Amino acid sequence: MTATDTVPVPSFDDADETGRKLVIICSKGSLDMAYPGLVLANAALGEGIETHIFFTFWGFEIINTKTMGDLKFVAMGNPATHMPNAVMGLPGMTALSTKMMRKQIADLDIPEIPEFLDLIHASGGHLWACRMSADMMKLTEDDLYEGVEGIISATDFMELSEGAQTLFI
Amino acid sequence: MPVATMLGREIHVDEEGFLTDPSEWDEELAKQLATNIGLELTDRHFEAIRFAREDQAAQGETPTLRRMQTVGGFPTKELFGLFPKKPAKKLSYVAGLQKPVGCV
Repeated sequence: MTATDTVPVPSFDDADETGRKLVIICSKGSLDMAYPGLVLANAALGEGIETHIFFTFWGFEIINTKTMGDLKFVAMGNPATHMPNAVMGLPGMTALSTKMMRKQIADLDIPEIPEFLDLIHASGGHLWACRMSADMMKLTEDDLYEGVEGIISATDFMELSEGAQTLFI
Repeated sequence: MPVATMLGREIHVDEEGFLTDPSEWDEELAKQLATNIGLELTDRHFEAIRFAREDQAAQGETPTLRRMQTVGGFPTKELFGLFPKKPAKKLSYVAGLQKPVGCV
């Protein structure tokens, strides 16, 4: 066998060695704001990075089993859609823009939210729910996606996020 | 592009070491590539590798982990077990393919 010391070998340094850890706070409950956190979490897990997602306030929509499959995209008041508010405020427009966005996402072969959570959970991602939000919305673990590991307090969150890169979305 | 010599053959690779020409790959080379990154290949590894290569040949791009699961039937959790920490990259490397380009 030929010596391989001259062969370039990709550096698959374990994140354990670099100590990299990522915490993503998902605080929004609209379809368009659910995806950034999930896409980044999935990418981080694929890189071997310890990844936690903390769902708070409207972010509960993403893990509430009653709503997770039915998030909406509201175009009204969003200048990036370049559509007049007078039109986007008409009845049925949210359903229409949500349908369009879902199709765009599906065309890219990106999973819907529940399946995306399955993927993240299977990849070893940690999912947490915010205690205060749960109390406000009168939700318990039984109402949440099964992969959520627990409903935790702000103090617990401080402990788990120690030394982590943190993203607030 | 560097040319690496493995198993007495010239193999075209990119700067990182991923093969640039899938046709230069065979299963003997896969074992060598696996050794390079500290993996030992089992039959199950080879099943995943063969699917990834067939899918790449058909689609023109390396399958993502999600595609490995939905189309290939290889559960994500299992792939993390077979190719620890960075399954998509390690699988592509050993299979003689480029890294997947998709975000998901």
